Amino acid sequence: MITQLLSSIAQGVGLTLYVTAASLVIGGLIGLVLVGAARSPVAIIRGIATLYINIVRVIPPITWLFLIYFGLPQFALKLTTIQAAIIGFSIIASAFMAEIYRSGLLSIPDGQREAAHALGLSAVTTVGHIITPQAFRVALPAIATYGIGLLKDSALASTIGVREITYYAQQSAKQTHEGLLSFVVAGVLYIAISLVVALIARRVDLTLRRKIGVA
Amino acid sequence: MDVITQWLDWLPSLGPGLLVSLQLTGLSLLFGFPLGLLFAVMASAKLLPLQWVSFFFVEIGRGLPALVLLYLMYFSLPDAGITLTSFTTAVIALSWNTGAYASEYFRAGLAAVPLGQKEAALTSGLRGWTGFRMIILPQALRISTPPLAGLAVLIFQGSALAFVIAVPELMSKAFEIGSITFEYLSVYVLTAVIYGSLTLVFLGLVRVLEMRLGRHLQRN
Repeated sequence: MITQLLSSIAQGVGLTLYVTAASLVIGGLIGLVLVGAARSPVAIIRGIATLYINIVRVIPPITWLFLIYFGLPQFALKLTTIQAAIIGFSIIASAFMAEIYRSGLLSIPDGQREAAHALGLSAVTTVGHIITPQAFRVALPAIATYGIGLLKDSALASTIGVREITYYAQQSAKQTHEGLLSFVVAGVLYIAISLVVALIARRVDLTLRRKIGVA
Repeated sequence: MDVITQWLDWLPSLGPGLLVSLQLTGLSLLFGFPLGLLFAVMASAKLLPLQWVSFFFVEIGRGLPALVLLYLMYFSLPDAGITLTSFTTAVIALSWNTGAYASEYFRAGLAAVPLGQKEAALTSGLRGWTGFRMIILPQALRISTPPLAGLAVLIFQGSALAFVIAVPELMSKAFEIGSITFEYLSVYVLTAVIYGSLTLVFLGLVRVLEMRLGRHLQRN
């Protein structure tokens, strides 16, 4: 019974990972733009970025998904369920990633920037070679934690019909009447993926630390 | 202006939904926070089985997506012969979720109280429960209150999940209106505005609370 359930629910692992990873990458890129905008010298750009981050964060993820999946087609913008899910989670991830980057940037002492300036490095080189590598190392654990959070949030995609883990678990629960077992299997899958992600993140973190020479 | 009149028309039917959302949040916090404190105390208990029980409930409550927890309850309880309304099921699942996250904050708060306080309580003759309740807990609570308040805001957002098991809360009401009028965009924007503005109000309250609790730390 369990193997049967496992094999049917595990079909969803691919899409769960796909939606999570795509949203994390796209959201991460938009987040970079956002954090740049939030530090812009132009007050209006700063204001817009801050407003965007706050608006995204105060609306529940499920409301975002429904807004995009059911709302946007009114403008003849037909989206598949997977597209809608990725767009929704990317928007959500962008705001949270921007906050994570911000705290990473804050942890870099001003002296680093000043030193780079004193060495005659251009602004682009400073950001690319001095600030970002250090900030990334600080932000990595937070990014991994958020990635795991996003993985769990991605279960919401089942509500708009994306065939990921929770979707299949729900199907099995309805078909086999093994509600408890189906969702226990789904839960085990989520926890297993989270553990793997956490382990990888720790390995990367340790490697980075060793490279820089701390610990 | 069209949109505004539309929204005004919908508000009366969304209102009761919002009320259910708030009730759901309130009850989940009411049960979840004490549960979290219990888990936190059990995690540092001398008895090993107690630690295991706490670990089990906390890790499941935090490790599973809230949605899966909700479905787990919803699909498995009736099989076990327990039939509850979907509202009660949602309260149980969200309380578990709240308790698991809250236990971490309580644990951090308890750990932040210096050992000397406990020793001082002991030498003053306040042993066991009395010492815990009168000396340790008040100090721990002050430390864990701001993150707990933040958690409360998240649980309010999480209450929208109860939609999937047909609890008649704000999201369900919005979906209902959407499927009748086909004005999905408009009704979800309104829902987002309601959730967003209430969350902002709550976050403002959290900020005020944080400042009040930190007052004694601000000298001159």
